[in-house]
Amino acid sequence: METKDFRRRPSLPFGIAALDSRLADNGLRLDALHEVAAASGDMAEDCAATLFLAGIAARAWGPILWVVRRRDLFAPGLSQAGLDHKRLIYAEARDDAELLAVMEEGLRHRGLGAVIGEVKRADMTASRRLQLAAEGGRTIALLMRRHAREGMDPLAAPSAAVTRWRVGCAPSTPLPVAGVGRARWQVALVRQKGGESFEMQVEACDATGRCALPANVADRKAAAGGAARRAA
Amino acid sequence: MWPIERLRQAERRAAPPEPRAPETHASLDPLRQAAAKEQEHACSVPRGGGWRPGARWAREDQLGKVALPPVTRQPAKHEIGRRDEAAANPFRAVPSDEGGRSRFLPGLARGGEPSRSDGGGAAAVRGNPPRPSTTAYGGGSPPRDKLGEELPPLVTSIRNGNRIVIAAACPVAQMQGLGPGMAIAQARAQVTGLDIRPADPEGDRAHLASLAVALARRWTPTVAIESDDTLFLDLTGVAHLYGGEAAMAARLRRMLARLGYTARIAIADTPGAAWALAHYPRSGLEGDGFLVCLPGTQIEAVAKLPIEALRIDAAAVELLHRLGVKRIVQLAAMPRAPLVRRFGAEIATRLEQALGRLPEPVHPVTTPEPIAIIQRFAEPIATAEAITHWLGTLVPRLTAALEAKGLGASRIEFVADRVDGVPQRIRIGLARPNRDGAHLLRLLLRRIEQVEPGYGIDALTLHVRRALPLGPEPFTERLDEEAAPDLATLVDTLATRIGLGAMWRNHPVESDVPERSVACMAVLDPPERAGQRLRADHVGQLDRNPALHPWHPEWPKPARLLRRPERLDHVVAELPDHAPRRFTWRGQSHRVVRADGPERIHGEWWKRAAEAHHVRDYFRVEDDVGRRYWLFRKGDGERPMTGDLSWYLHGIFG
Repeated sequence: METKDFRRRPSLPFGIAALDSRLADNGLRLDALHEVAAASGDMAEDCAATLFLAGIAARAWGPILWVVRRRDLFAPGLSQAGLDHKRLIYAEARDDAELLAVMEEGLRHRGLGAVIGEVKRADMTASRRLQLAAEGGRTIALLMRRHAREGMDPLAAPSAAVTRWRVGCAPSTPLPVAGVGRARWQVALVRQKGGESFEMQVEACDATGRCALPANVADRKAAAGGAARRAA
Repeated sequence: MWPIERLRQAERRAAPPEPRAPETHASLDPLRQAAAKEQEHACSVPRGGGWRPGARWAREDQLGKVALPPVTRQPAKHEIGRRDEAAANPFRAVPSDEGGRSRFLPGLARGGEPSRSDGGGAAAVRGNPPRPSTTAYGGGSPPRDKLGEELPPLVTSIRNGNRIVIAAACPVAQMQGLGPGMAIAQARAQVTGLDIRPADPEGDRAHLASLAVALARRWTPTVAIESDDTLFLDLTGVAHLYGGEAAMAARLRRMLARLGYTARIAIADTPGAAWALAHYPRSGLEGDGFLVCLPGTQIEAVAKLPIEALRIDAAAVELLHRLGVKRIVQLAAMPRAPLVRRFGAEIATRLEQALGRLPEPVHPVTTPEPIAIIQRFAEPIATAEAITHWLGTLVPRLTAALEAKGLGASRIEFVADRVDGVPQRIRIGLARPNRDGAHLLRLLLRRIEQVEPGYGIDALTLHVRRALPLGPEPFTERLDEEAAPDLATLVDTLATRIGLGAMWRNHPVESDVPERSVACMAVLDPPERAGQRLRADHVGQLDRNPALHPWHPEWPKPARLLRRPERLDHVVAELPDHAPRRFTWRGQSHRVVRADGPERIHGEWWKRAAEAHHVRDYFRVEDDVGRRYWLFRKGDGERPMTGDLSWYLHGIFG
């Protein structure tokens, strides 16, 4: 009877069995640092990573601190990924060092559900500090790594993050009529502690921040995927 | 008068700086003189004749000219007789039935019968039998604004039950017969161009209290607020500092005049006598605005005053008047025992207090003391460790001082006095009033590297620059949900690092133009303001549907919005309402395979007239590799006035 674990959920599942079962903690560990990078330097893939983070934060508890370098987030779009404007606090940092320091303050406060930051460069020390600040709390630390230069992989640098994701755009779900269907992302777990890396295509967050398996993938594995879709 | 003058003072403060006289005046003067010379010889009759008696130009427009007849033409006797001011009102002034006193003729009102004028009074109490003095407002010329024009009569209105009545009236209005208690409708009918403002009794009282505190700090330690327009000042042992009582009263009056307040001051041995002399002035007071009643003479001074000057209730005054008792001297001659039996102890007490036979304690205002915790050192300290150590002892003392007063600090300044006299300051602000020692200490220690000890620091001080009441607060007592975490400490911590301006929250604005649909607000503001509650009979009550969210959650919106839309090149699109087939953005070509739209957004002509005809057609497009963008075209493709059909990229979907 692990009621303690039930009450204070240590990890945040995606609600997709095919994805959660491949994660070491059956989800994203709450008291840890997770990194997300866009598949390329293009703004559209950057936005896919943004919404991926927004969906994770939306499913976390409590208020969210989003530390930005530029004021270009569009709150109506984030609220369509489930991140309500009432939960979201923005902070603007002047440089990466300040951004990491603000993130650390947010993590140590313990009253936030998630802290999101967008950096271009963060070395091993910085990510280790964030990981240490997150440990022992319930605040999920999400670091978005931006492409500093064309052709450089932001996830190539060493990091203390528990999971490292790469999110890119994929053609949307086809509709029987003309129009743009539900967006899809190519999500790759590049590295995780205590688990294998994998790559899969998911449908973008809905209004509650939950991703879903595309129908053709779900139908192929009727037992696993279909159940996950209904649960989502 | 206090409310009126407070209003005038606020206006003066808010008024824009006086405009400089235009330079052109001097250059125009010769022209103007020449024009005047020409006009002198012109006939007042319009060119071409056509004069007939009673013509409109002769009645109205030309009256001014007739009043100053040109030298060439002496007006006829009947013409001079015709131009005249309005005849004096043949009716005698009648006391209004509102209960107010008739003030139609200011000379009468201020002359014979001493009338209670509602001026602010400051009563200074001196000597062992306390000696009162009062201040009152004089008449004077009507107030003028900066350009020298007379201000319209000003009254303040207040709701009294079902009626809206005058709360206070300026001297000009009083001269025209308006007074407190008169119905606003009647006043409006009686005086044209009346300036009516809502009364603010709370604000007036608060302002008077702040004046009392200022007087207590600067003039005399004991200042009591007697009523809404009267202060008592105890001058015991103070007046000689200002060169005597008369000099002090004159100086006080000048000081108040500089602030824009007319004061009537009377100085006497007892508060009661001072109140009476200030509110019911004898002729001596009107001249210089203050009156000093020599010690021991207050009995003679107040003897001739009406009994209202004793601050007794109106019913008793009324009854005494009916019994023929009009003056204090008559009242003083009466035996006390029947008086007390008939009217209660109040009249006798007030009388004896005014005459100095009974003490009258006053309740002085307490001046708020700023909280400052000081630690001096015999030997200067210079290391960060020492400062940290002493901050650790200063902050608990500060929180204890704050707790004793029930306050929470919202701005704190830490001053380190250096040996060479260059103070080192650290200022911290708190988002909410706080007296949590650990939190304050954390905020202060974070900034400690800004202190340059130099040759050493010989004193450390913590000043509370701003404090607000902080009491116990209710919390949501629910077992099924956790209490919302307090973000104020986080905001403080981040504000010391990046500043409050770099943190914000968003809230929706009802606007379809994307860049206007989001507004920023302070982090700790209440996120949702309760909507305006509709009246029970409001037509909006018929709408049972929930209000639409301003962001239209069903319509896809991008995750990031470019600060300003970026122009697209090489756009291939069909008119009038098709999405582009291909476009180039930032040098990269995109082939569109899927598209949604258009979502037409019209300019908000009610905000800017220039966008009255603007139209944007928004499209959500997806290119061949699955990247989704939010484009728009200016113009609807049919009417050229709506836009030039140029394409822009405004946002990016994930």
